[in-house]
Amino acid sequence: MTGQTTPASTEASTPGLTDTTGLTGAQSLVRSLEHAGVEVIFGIPGGAILPAYDPLFDSSIRHILVRHEQGAGHAAQGYAMTTGRVGVCMATSGPGATNLVTAIADAYMDSVPIVAITGQVSTNLIGTDGFQEADIRGITMPITKHSYLVTDPAQIPRVIAEAFHIAGTGRPGPVLVDIAKDALQAPTTFAWPHELALPGYRPTTHPHGKQVREAARLMIEAERPVLYVGGGVIKAEASAELLELAEAYGIPVVTTLMARGAFPDSHDLHLGMPGMHGSVAAVAALQKSDLLISLGARFDDRVTGTLDSFAPLAKVIHADIDPAEISKNRHADVPIVGDCREVIADLLTVLGALAEDGESGDYDVWRQQMAALKAKYPVAYEPPSEGLAPQTVIERLSAIAGPEAVYAAGVGQHQMWATHFIDFERPRQWLNSGGAGTMGYAVPAAMGAQVGSPDRVVWAIDGDGCFQMTNQELATCAIEGIPIKVAVINNSSLGMVRQWQTLFYEGRYSNTDLNTGPESIGARRIPDFVKLADAYGCVGLRCDSVEDLDATIEKAMAITDRPVVIDFVVERDAMVWPMVAAGTSNDDIKIARDLAPEWEADDL
Amino acid sequence: MTTQHTLSVLVENTPGVLARVSSLFMRRGFNIESLAVGPTEIPEISRMTIVVNVDELPLEQVTKQLNKLVNVLKIVELDSGTAVERELMLIKVKTDPATRGQVLETVQLFRAKVVDVAPDAVTIEATGDSGKLSAMLRVLEPFGIREIAQSGRVAIGRGARSITDRSLRAVPGTSQAG
Repeated sequence: MTGQTTPASTEASTPGLTDTTGLTGAQSLVRSLEHAGVEVIFGIPGGAILPAYDPLFDSSIRHILVRHEQGAGHAAQGYAMTTGRVGVCMATSGPGATNLVTAIADAYMDSVPIVAITGQVSTNLIGTDGFQEADIRGITMPITKHSYLVTDPAQIPRVIAEAFHIAGTGRPGPVLVDIAKDALQAPTTFAWPHELALPGYRPTTHPHGKQVREAARLMIEAERPVLYVGGGVIKAEASAELLELAEAYGIPVVTTLMARGAFPDSHDLHLGMPGMHGSVAAVAALQKSDLLISLGARFDDRVTGTLDSFAPLAKVIHADIDPAEISKNRHADVPIVGDCREVIADLLTVLGALAEDGESGDYDVWRQQMAALKAKYPVAYEPPSEGLAPQTVIERLSAIAGPEAVYAAGVGQHQMWATHFIDFERPRQWLNSGGAGTMGYAVPAAMGAQVGSPDRVVWAIDGDGCFQMTNQELATCAIEGIPIKVAVINNSSLGMVRQWQTLFYEGRYSNTDLNTGPESIGARRIPDFVKLADAYGCVGLRCDSVEDLDATIEKAMAITDRPVVIDFVVERDAMVWPMVAAGTSNDDIKIARDLAPEWEADDL
Repeated sequence: MTTQHTLSVLVENTPGVLARVSSLFMRRGFNIESLAVGPTEIPEISRMTIVVNVDELPLEQVTKQLNKLVNVLKIVELDSGTAVERELMLIKVKTDPATRGQVLETVQLFRAKVVDVAPDAVTIEATGDSGKLSAMLRVLEPFGIREIAQSGRVAIGRGARSITDRSLRAVPGTSQAG
């Protein structure tokens, strides 16, 4: 993220930034947002934020009226993830603000730069349990990078400038700005700050030379190195450097759920995604490696499995812009604090110099072993004898829409199939809720992505459970001319929970049937997603056979003037494989039920 | 086996900063042994002295997470060898004409002082490190301790160096961190 100019800083030096003529706090807020470079806000007005909506009416900033504040938050995330800019959402006090909480928590977990602006009750009512009062700053304290409560209108420009700077630099994250209604109404003056006084906020972007040299030394000594790539590489715009590093020295790469697309799936050196539902080659590479080169990743429990058995033979180089991530879960032999792009660039320089002196690692044997494992155990599935396989739907979708499209997923089986069966070839091609695992992320995130990237095709790949959590934003999309496409992978159940019930609860399907399929109770789909799409002014299509699959997708691709929803009626018993069961070691990965990979003697 | 660590944390004197620090400790599952907050010689800066009971590795996490708070300016771990550490305690002890003399003698021995006297009790003000205060409490125990009010620990490094120097430098232009 760093290295990019933040909106706040581009404007900071332009003249005419002080206005001593009268304006209200609300006008000052809107002018501040304009100065911060905001082009779009997702939000819903209400009592406490109402003053801000009046000057917003005349502003150059586009406001998109969503149907639920959670949608505003996820849309801001989708916008930020596709554009690399800070996304903005706005809500009123009390329930308006608390409805943003899930999205804020999601942005915090996945390091997404958003600024959430909320109205607060008037200063004299704060603390009195006033109507629609909630201590949103207190509520969001553990899930924001920083937060403000503004009661003095003169502070509004400074706070907005700081909020955008903090959200977008260093390790990106959500910043909340809560503004009391009387501060929005009061007369004030406007002065855009020329300099930000943030003595306690100085992200380290430039890596320490000694650490980089140390890392290069370990890389030369290693025999089985792996580039363990996380979402930080995408945020640092470091994909080109990563490709150069991997190719120059022939080092295998794994990309985490947050990093899909940071390195091309089609590349020979790419082993897939590691973790609970990772590919055999990616999981095995980490387990057998003698050196993990972790770039912008955080050793999440979904990647490591049980920590004490994770990558037992490996030394660790851990590069991250957030020093608190380093050695949090796994001890780092060489910690490097810095922006991933700068870290990789410096590593290339040092390794290049060493190579000129004839010093470089030899990973040929290792690379061949991993390539063999990748060929032997591709992420695959057994098509069912009848019915439509969810994996086939996603495979065809990817083939037809291609890597230039953006894909946003919800959370669950469909998310894992999407990460397995879409070809990810470029950064910012993939949006999902990785850390928080927020069901309902897909539709509003796709909406935000489409607003940020109007020229791209944007697909939401959603489950029937997820889709029912946030599909009201179809109304927003239809009215605002945001032509997203939604593929509902409809297995009429909370599929991932059902999979766990199959595997770990003797097939006792407690509360996982959603009745959205053809064999639902009374043979009624509730709801019927095609009718629902129609009711929302979208095109609704249904597909339940392989024969119609390509034609249905192509039909959706041809519709560009409004949103499309396809109800893909898929086989219900499909499961996500491979799988490392929760609380077990990565060494116990299964490629299908009760089926472990056959490790060659020299594999391990 | 956990050990006690004393952290001096310089924070911007802004509303909510105490809540941020304590909420961070709660969320990350760190235990605060004691916490003392007060102003410093610079009006914009407050100083928190936080005593935590953790291993070395979690301590590193504590300081890194604290450093991520935007209002936290600086964190220094002070160890008792190179720092002066003090706690303040007010102790209300039962006395009668027979025991008052012995209690007053204890007060003298520990270089404490009596700040309130009643017919059946005295209130003692004592400062010192935690070792001294607990020793004094042990001696006073038999007389009957009615009430104790104790401050958190405050600490300052020995010698001429100051940790507040240069803590408030402005960010030189917004491009610095951008």
